[in-house]
Amino acid sequence: MEFLRFLLRRVLWSLLVLVGLSMVIFIIARAVPGDPARMALGPTATQEQVADLQKKLGLDRPIVQQYGLFIAGLAHGDLGRSLLTERPVNDDIRDTFAATLELVLATIFIAVVLGVPLGVVAAYWKDRWPDNVVRIVAIFSAVTPSFFLALLLQILAGYVLHILPTTGRLPPNFDFAPTHTGLVLIDSLIALRPDAFLEGLRYLLLPAIALAAATMGQMARITRSSMIDVSSQDYIEASRAFGVPEWVRVCKYMLRPSFVPPLTILGLEFASLIGNAFVVELVFAWPGMAAYGIRTILQKDLNAVMGVVMVSGVFFVLVNLVIDLLVGLVDPRVRIRGSRQ
Amino acid sequence: MSDELTLAEDAPRLSSAYQSWYRFSRNPTAMIGLVIVAVCVLAAILAPWITPHPDHVGAVVNFRARHLPPSADYWFGTDNVGRDIFTRVIFGFRISLMLAVVVLGTAIPIGTILGLMAGYFGGWVEIVFMRFTDIALAIPPLVMALAVAAVLSPDLVNSMLAIAALWWTWHTRLIYSITRQLRTREFVEAAETLGASKFHILFREILPNCVSAIAVKTSLDCGFVILVGASLSFLGLGIQPPTPDLGTMVASGSAFLPDYWWESVLPGCAILFVALGFNLLGDGLRDLYDVENVR
Amino acid sequence: MTDALLSVRNLSVAFTTYGRTQPVLHGVSLDVPARSHVALVGESGSGKTVTMKSIMGLLHMPPASISSGAILYDGRDLLTMPRRERLKLTGTDMSMVFQDPMSSLNPVFTIADQMSTILKYADKRLGRSRSRRQRMDRVLEVLGQVRMREPERVARSYPIMLSGGMRQRVLIAMALLSEPRLLIADEPGTALDVTTQAQILKLLKDLVEERGLALLMITHNLGVVRETSDYVYVMHKGKVVEEAPTAELFAAPKVAYTRALIDAVPRLTGARPTQRMEAAP
Repeated sequence: MEFLRFLLRRVLWSLLVLVGLSMVIFIIARAVPGDPARMALGPTATQEQVADLQKKLGLDRPIVQQYGLFIAGLAHGDLGRSLLTERPVNDDIRDTFAATLELVLATIFIAVVLGVPLGVVAAYWKDRWPDNVVRIVAIFSAVTPSFFLALLLQILAGYVLHILPTTGRLPPNFDFAPTHTGLVLIDSLIALRPDAFLEGLRYLLLPAIALAAATMGQMARITRSSMIDVSSQDYIEASRAFGVPEWVRVCKYMLRPSFVPPLTILGLEFASLIGNAFVVELVFAWPGMAAYGIRTILQKDLNAVMGVVMVSGVFFVLVNLVIDLLVGLVDPRVRIRGSRQ
Repeated sequence: MSDELTLAEDAPRLSSAYQSWYRFSRNPTAMIGLVIVAVCVLAAILAPWITPHPDHVGAVVNFRARHLPPSADYWFGTDNVGRDIFTRVIFGFRISLMLAVVVLGTAIPIGTILGLMAGYFGGWVEIVFMRFTDIALAIPPLVMALAVAAVLSPDLVNSMLAIAALWWTWHTRLIYSITRQLRTREFVEAAETLGASKFHILFREILPNCVSAIAVKTSLDCGFVILVGASLSFLGLGIQPPTPDLGTMVASGSAFLPDYWWESVLPGCAILFVALGFNLLGDGLRDLYDVENVR
Repeated sequence: MTDALLSVRNLSVAFTTYGRTQPVLHGVSLDVPARSHVALVGESGSGKTVTMKSIMGLLHMPPASISSGAILYDGRDLLTMPRRERLKLTGTDMSMVFQDPMSSLNPVFTIADQMSTILKYADKRLGRSRSRRQRMDRVLEVLGQVRMREPERVARSYPIMLSGGMRQRVLIAMALLSEPRLLIADEPGTALDVTTQAQILKLLKDLVEERGLALLMITHNLGVVRETSDYVYVMHKGKVVEEAPTAELFAAPKVAYTRALIDAVPRLTGARPTQRMEAAP
């Protein structure tokens, strides 16, 4: 019960964050020195064309009313119309978002599945060579720029070893399109197409590794310090006294209470992960939101830019809600008390 | 007489500084970090005098020397218009470090003051500041910088503004959590009982206890700000050519992969090098000050 | 008392930190005969916890090292027997009641989970086998034996849902899971309020007497000693400074340190009022 209340509070809070975010975005978009309509149309457009577009975008109304319209649109999930593609921003984003989602989910998977065990290993052999190795791996993965790692992986796996494709999401002219969820790996399973699944995986691997490295390093670091904290707790000593074998102690009694800090950090750093996804997508020509975002940004297509930032924010908020839920599942104290502390 | 007094008072402080230095210098990662940072900073400052081809910073074109591999003449090879990449990398450090100094120079004071106030005053100050921080955390700094670069124009000042506009949140959160723990500690309560001003308590009692955490965070952040800045210019939205910038160099060099690999790989390694230095330094400081939860 | 169930002989332990070796136990000897109730008393830092940890095999080595001595259980030396053999005894035949009910239970697992895990691996070490169902039955049985009113509900709970007294009972139940012959109790109930502590001590005493267990009570509180034990060892600075049957010790303490300890015991029913507050010599 307390947990439901906790989640409800988090949901309400998330809505508030989104409203705040919409204001920030709106202010930035309207802080443009100059006229968005004029900028979008270019210097060759006539005064009538500009006025026309202003009217269409509602730029001729008072600023508060403009924000009201923007918010009303958002509430209906309507992000307005892109000036560049002349399509609803919703449609543009929907077409590209699934690819970004797939990349980000694969990234989180890799970061957690590799990072957490690395942290456990480092904590178990604290101050000995495995710890030092993990530390070096963690530092290097944290300081290697994603775009640079992406390039290196491309050179290594694509040009030197010729084992993995370097651009795109599926082979050109491949007769498969993800139509159910938009995620290649899942839709290929639904459609019973193991070949498409394998191809999808091959294309996904390099970008996901490039994007996951930084997060994986963080996960390993934080899991390590959190495990070391827990290992000095009385209840670990007690389970030792009762003869619970070491691997059960480490993998069950120590790991589970240590899981909350890495999860929390995963949520907090999710924003910078989305940012890096933009760069990685560009390097691997991944057909996600980044290419669209960057193109619209260069074209000063304000509605589309606002849409992209807003969707990134919603993504962040949703991921953090999922993490709140997971934290509750992992730690009964959160469930029972209905708060994080 | 007065000289002796000063000496006596200074003696313990000196020796504790020496002790810190002793512990620091016994920490290999911290020392490596410090050396890397020192090398980068010195190289950046002395760039015009120590680089082999300082004139290659501008829009020099020398088609006879284009795409040369690394050699004794050109340590890092040359780029597609025949400029020395090593020279441009050293000058690139200038931009990267300047970016870090300006962003953190703005973000840390703002973040610290907001964090101190939110943590100490509580109540609505806490609610408003921390909620605002939460909102800012939801925006990817890189995307924000992109948006700002789009709305204004893609140049160095605007990217710095955009990054700084989001970076303070991390410092606010850090200082906030420390201040909240300190708020109920005896020395703060003692100062309150003695009627010390809020200003005194915030800046004389609480702030000194945050300094080590800020130092660690700053060092780690220098590396990360440089990474974000490089990503921005890699996307073509940061520093505009011909000014030598590491991210831009990686981007323009990547067009000539894999044959002329040095044109993007070596500047990329340079970014990694400087970011690594700040990270190792921060890691070492964290061990030294024993502030485990700063990241 | 040579045929004692547990016999610590001349045990010396040292800690090595930063290259410096610091001895903490200097030739400690003590005997716990079967079915006897023995107390090991001393202030914090006296070495009683290190003694307990050495017996239970809980010392982290390094930094700790056992420089000399033997710990005989049933006549066999725990320190020289194969690790495997030792693990068959600790946590099962010789078991332990932990001190702090707030921190000695894992916060993220249910009581049933923690207890049946202990039982599962105890069984495994001893070459027994029990089904999941049978393990659960045993857990509920033991929870009943420590006079828990609703064993099923307690078993399903997470530690945070239980009061301090209930958690302390769970800790006792954990120690009883595999029918031990020796129970080592590390200041049980010190973290609780006085009334609850009294209840816990009473429960512990009853259980030990009903089953004919040997009890080694480790405490800093002479009041607890008087309540629970027949024979006392007093430790100070890593040595046993005095040993005697409880009644004798209280009647005529031989060592000044013991006398100071006795005088420091607060009394509710006042033969002696609290005027004697001299510091320990």
